[in-house]
Amino acid sequence: MYRLRLFAVRHSRGFEWLYRRLERLMIGLDPLFARIGHDRVEAPVALIERGVKSLLFDCRMCGQCVLSSTSMSCPMNCPKQLRNGPCGGVRPGGFCEVKPAMRCVWVLAWEGATRMEDGARIREVLPPVDHGLKGSSSWLRVSREKAAALREAREAERTALARAFPAAREIEPATAPLAEEPPRAVSQEVRR
Amino acid sequence: MSPADQDLGDSFPHYEEPPPGHVSGSRLERVLRAGKFAVTAELNPPDSADPADVLEAARPLGEVADAINATDASGANCHMSSIGISSLLTRAGYGTVYQISCRDRNRIAIQGDVLGAAAMGVRNVLCLTGDGVGVGDQPGAKPVFDFDSLSLLRTIRTMRDEGLFLSGRKITHPPRMFLGAAENPCVPPHEWRPERLAKKVDAGADFIQTNYIFDLPVFERFMARLRDLGVDSRVYLLAGVGPLASAKAARWMRSNVPGIHIPDTVIERMEKAAKPAAEGKRICVELIQQIREIKGVSGIHVMAYRREHQVSEIILESGVLKGRVPQRRRSARPRPAPV
Repeated sequence: MYRLRLFAVRHSRGFEWLYRRLERLMIGLDPLFARIGHDRVEAPVALIERGVKSLLFDCRMCGQCVLSSTSMSCPMNCPKQLRNGPCGGVRPGGFCEVKPAMRCVWVLAWEGATRMEDGARIREVLPPVDHGLKGSSSWLRVSREKAAALREAREAERTALARAFPAAREIEPATAPLAEEPPRAVSQEVRR
Repeated sequence: MSPADQDLGDSFPHYEEPPPGHVSGSRLERVLRAGKFAVTAELNPPDSADPADVLEAARPLGEVADAINATDASGANCHMSSIGISSLLTRAGYGTVYQISCRDRNRIAIQGDVLGAAAMGVRNVLCLTGDGVGVGDQPGAKPVFDFDSLSLLRTIRTMRDEGLFLSGRKITHPPRMFLGAAENPCVPPHEWRPERLAKKVDAGADFIQTNYIFDLPVFERFMARLRDLGVDSRVYLLAGVGPLASAKAARWMRSNVPGIHIPDTVIERMEKAAKPAAEGKRICVELIQQIREIKGVSGIHVMAYRREHQVSEIILESGVLKGRVPQRRRSARPRPAPV
């Protein structure tokens, strides 16, 4: 809905805060999703995501959500679907070249960026959309990525330790382990 | 020499690597890096399959331009392709700017075309988003927009500097292209245009050609912001200019062509003139002379749609070439294959 979409951009900072919370929750739930199977949770999560985001942002479920970098103004609503707009055709007053009654989504995005905590993200060049991911959940994609990055960082830490104490690792392997740890072998409290 | 090379004879020059300190070695790049004030001009592409029509259209521009821009179905109107025109003009010894619009082709087609153009000797490319299909002569066409101008810039830069397609596959001879992007300083959102230009430079732009500048104060503010951001030292900027034909034509352009801003004062001046065409030319010359004084401007880009005959006079009257004559390169012309 156009008016709700404009509301979301006007309150880009609030939605930025809200999404960060959601993202943290999703990352926390990732081990659970992994146990159920990412493939099995895909459809229900995508359904919820579609419902919430189409209402608020006129989301097109591109599957590669960049709302946090575009001040909650969805670039898939740009008739040229620019990921790095605006184009050179913006009309006086900031209206769209192709749909003259609509405010340019990228004019809104740049304006909205000034209200956000992390508004500088709009300066990053974004890659083209992978059309193969259309319809899938972007929330799950992000949480999988970030959870994997966290695991990797932990892994890197362990590798560095093992490299720094090679002799210790040889005589007492448990002091600098490298093999994958089953989740129950690690205290979740310490990890957090 | 392999038998395949012998078949080609001398008619195709071998793939030339750019000189040190250059990414492409194109004439435009050499002129700009030498610190000279560059001139580029836009060619009106023919609705024809005859190469003679291309050469005829190029003739009045070639005398004064370091490179000729071959538009890619501008305004979403169908004409001879940019890659065809660029290839022809390159072989005729002109410097060319091959324009790519994201409107009509997807990433597979564009990356292939860039290699094709480079193989034909094209060394400058201008990455554009493109006007919407609705303003053109075939509004029912499917708008593609697989890339936008920035992801296109980054893609060609990756092809050139890393020798890779976006898929990660290797390119044996990377395309040596001088990368261009467009900017439209005089349309909204004015305050964000310089920031977006900075983003284009980050994406890979080596040079910028702007849309028409008719509003000097707006352009000066834009340039001042660019200098504040330090962008002017990272990219060569060619300011877009062009002669207006009449007040009526100016009004029509303003309301029908996307992204054109002409202030009322300019239109009033055209209205009052006894000879509008001559006045349009005078305004253009004056603008060029004022623009060249602005710090951070490296050249001008003349877009004289259907007024190509005036381009040479405009450039010579403005004095920006300072007696320099952009030369056609004789050696690049095709020589007959040995029998």
